[in-house]
Amino acid sequence: MIAQHFPILIVVLPLLASPLALLLRRSEAAWLLSLAVSWLLPFIALSLVRQTAGGEVISYAVGGWPPPIGIEYRIDSLSAFVMLLVSGVSALVVTFARSSVADEIPASRRAGFYAAYMVGLAGLLGMAASGDAFNIFVFMEISSLSSYVLIAIGRDRRALSASYRYLIMGTIGATFYVLGIGLLYAMTGTLNLADLAERLPAVENTRPVLAAFGFIVVGLSLKLALFPLHVWLPNAYAYAPSTASAFLASTATKVAIYLLLRFIFSVFGIDFSFKAVPLEPILLALSIGAILVASLVAMFQQNVKRMLAYSSIAQIGFITLGIAIANMDGMTGAIVHLFNHAVIKGALFLLVGCVVFRLHSAQLEDMAGIGTKMPVTMTAFAICGLAMVGAPGTAGFISKWFLAVGAADQGRWWLVGLMMVGSLLTLVYMARVLEIAFFRPPSPRLEKVTEAPLQLLLPALALSAATIWFGIDTTGSAGFAQQAAAALLGLPPGGQ
Amino acid sequence: MTEMLGLVNHWIAVILLVAGLYIVVARGNMVKKLVGLAIFQSTVYLLYLTPGKVLGASPPILSEAFETYSNPLPQVLILTAIVVGIATQALGLALVVRINEAYGSIEEDEVQRQDDAA
Repeated sequence: MIAQHFPILIVVLPLLASPLALLLRRSEAAWLLSLAVSWLLPFIALSLVRQTAGGEVISYAVGGWPPPIGIEYRIDSLSAFVMLLVSGVSALVVTFARSSVADEIPASRRAGFYAAYMVGLAGLLGMAASGDAFNIFVFMEISSLSSYVLIAIGRDRRALSASYRYLIMGTIGATFYVLGIGLLYAMTGTLNLADLAERLPAVENTRPVLAAFGFIVVGLSLKLALFPLHVWLPNAYAYAPSTASAFLASTATKVAIYLLLRFIFSVFGIDFSFKAVPLEPILLALSIGAILVASLVAMFQQNVKRMLAYSSIAQIGFITLGIAIANMDGMTGAIVHLFNHAVIKGALFLLVGCVVFRLHSAQLEDMAGIGTKMPVTMTAFAICGLAMVGAPGTAGFISKWFLAVGAADQGRWWLVGLMMVGSLLTLVYMARVLEIAFFRPPSPRLEKVTEAPLQLLLPALALSAATIWFGIDTTGSAGFAQQAAAALLGLPPGGQ
Repeated sequence: MTEMLGLVNHWIAVILLVAGLYIVVARGNMVKKLVGLAIFQSTVYLLYLTPGKVLGASPPILSEAFETYSNPLPQVLILTAIVVGIATQALGLALVVRINEAYGSIEEDEVQRQDDAA
């Protein structure tokens, strides 16, 4: 049966597609290959989600070596959920890629772009699938190296320095992570996550384990751009090609957050993370800082992609806030916001990609009056913007509702107030774009601009529609997140 | 004193860690920053390999003459980590080459100044 090999296939298929794409050399052929692989993966992920839905855990022994001797791929409902998210968003982004990549990337580098994209996809899926701490490090570096390439590959020279800065900070993050893993290995003699969780309590209060916790959390925080470790992110997203921005913004940081959840709750355990280490006040303060500071900075950006990048940092703050709250509703909010933010931000970056395709600029001043020329794109942008704010009926509302309920449950009404302030700031910077797009007289630059071609528009609209879909039918996203949150907190499914 | 000497590898690791990180932060030259990064990453190698060696044990080659063996796994892991480090350095240096082509400088301040002017 091929189905029993799904856990490894979902990683190996894009990994194999990458050198093939490079060998094909012609960008059309490389795109078709990437498209075929990318559309296959969500179905594999969906099958994994189905298999794990009842709380079952799939254990796959890589190379036939039984764990803990060999590397184990361990897929539970949360990792299957993350894999479905990554592969689903990526399928739409690759569909979008053809015209956008042809427009933004020199012909000689296009096949290389698809090759790097496939490696990055394999790395992200591998991070979610693997149950081996060192294997996760390798996949983390695979996906990071590919994202440095994806950012630097375009024509904008500022992307080069952005990519260089990301490389420095990303490598420091990954090295911190692997130092922490090394200390854990020295203390427990295992790299298997499930084994680590079993053996850690015996050595819990030793200095190496405390140091390991610090190294791992700080390393992952660098990767997920937790304020104030976010400085690599804005330029990297702003100057990367549109396709790369959409892919990285919606998936890369999310998988890092998944790993943070995995280590805080599954490996170290909630008792250690929140009682032996003062993680909660630190995470809480940094999350609030992220929400307020990044939203304020976003309000003053002149480049719409840079604005969306700062918005990402703020939204990541919302997710980590849910982790810091650490009760059933807060965790559900964090996981469902991880999902919803990926969908919304992916849609927004694709829509901006449509604008850049026609306008060849992402500066807000050049977008004056563009609403009359590209009505469909900008209307969808308005809807996704509202979803980002958290308007009822959109996906953003669901996640912020859970977060607010989680905070209110603990009697922290001031936190609910701060979330409202954060959402209002989001409204301000989103409304600023819409004001410029719809209510300013069209600039002369816009004369030849028309609506984006369908090939770009359709994937972007599909993701935009998803932001409404997941705001109304929440069984798929919130229902699943609840289950995953219960599993992480060690509660019975659906129970309090 | 003997305890201090027993941990000599760890002391070196800590010094390398801090020195590497300091170079990355304090230097503006992009190649020097990458050198700092390499020093920083080498901490990992030392930290993994040190506890893998068991005193008085033989290398992990199965033989009837020996009973205790050193742990071979850290060496395999570090082989992988070295490969990852090389890939990172290669990509970083390639980026510096292209930055030099695009900006005519590899000093961070100068690149930043040109970006701000644009």
